[in-house]
Amino acid sequence: MKALIKVRLKKGILDPQGKAVNNALHHLGFNSINELRIGKLIELTISEKKPETAKKKIEEACKKLLTNPIIEDFTYELIED
Amino acid sequence: MKIGVVVFPGSNCDHDMFHALKTVIGNDVHFVWHQDTSLSGFEAVVLPGGFSYGDYLRAGAIARFSPIMKEVIHFARTGKPVLGICNGFQILTESGLLPGALRRNQNLRFACKHVYIRTENYQTIFTNRLSKNQILSIPIAHGEGNYFIDDEGLKKLEDNQQIVFRYCSLKGI
Repeated sequence: MKALIKVRLKKGILDPQGKAVNNALHHLGFNSINELRIGKLIELTISEKKPETAKKKIEEACKKLLTNPIIEDFTYELIED
Repeated sequence: MKIGVVVFPGSNCDHDMFHALKTVIGNDVHFVWHQDTSLSGFEAVVLPGGFSYGDYLRAGAIARFSPIMKEVIHFARTGKPVLGICNGFQILTESGLLPGALRRNQNLRFACKHVYIRTENYQTIFTNRLSKNQILSIPIAHGEGNYFIDDEGLKKLEDNQQIVFRYCSLKGI
């Protein structure tokens, strides 16, 4: 199985990187683009037979290492082979 | 005092720390490799600055799971002094020993300069030779030094007098 994990800064946490990139887009004339925020996409494979087990492991990995729950949220999708 | 300076792959202020603690203050200082699993005999532990594991994922996130960190957490829980400077501080927040988290600097710059700080709590073992409200000039260098904590957590720190220094101007304001 594969998993795609999206890590985002929590709502209300300022994203200076996103703000800088958004400003750069405005300078290039993309004035209709706003509220740009930058997160992370983590791709991985997981060799578990049951999707339930895989989900549990992924959530555990996200909480333990892949995200910092104080400032980040995550969502993920599991893609079965 | 027997002090351990923990060395992670990517630590780069470990020798500065060693020099300050040994040559300047005259302690019995030893490097502790991040894969070591014992702190027995040490009376204090310092996590130095640098870029442990290249700051990959988040600053301090991977170092936090080094084998020695289990011991560092235990060491702190038994009431022994642990000091984290710069990347060491980031590792301590990632490990949950300190509350809060460090985010990227708001002004889009890597900050590398001297700043003034005011002593808020001079009754800790790290600050007991300072006087109340004493102003210090210290060097800082960081890209992710923007400390974040929620209101409830901040109140707890204030109530417990756990804010040791505050940034200030030359006049202490």
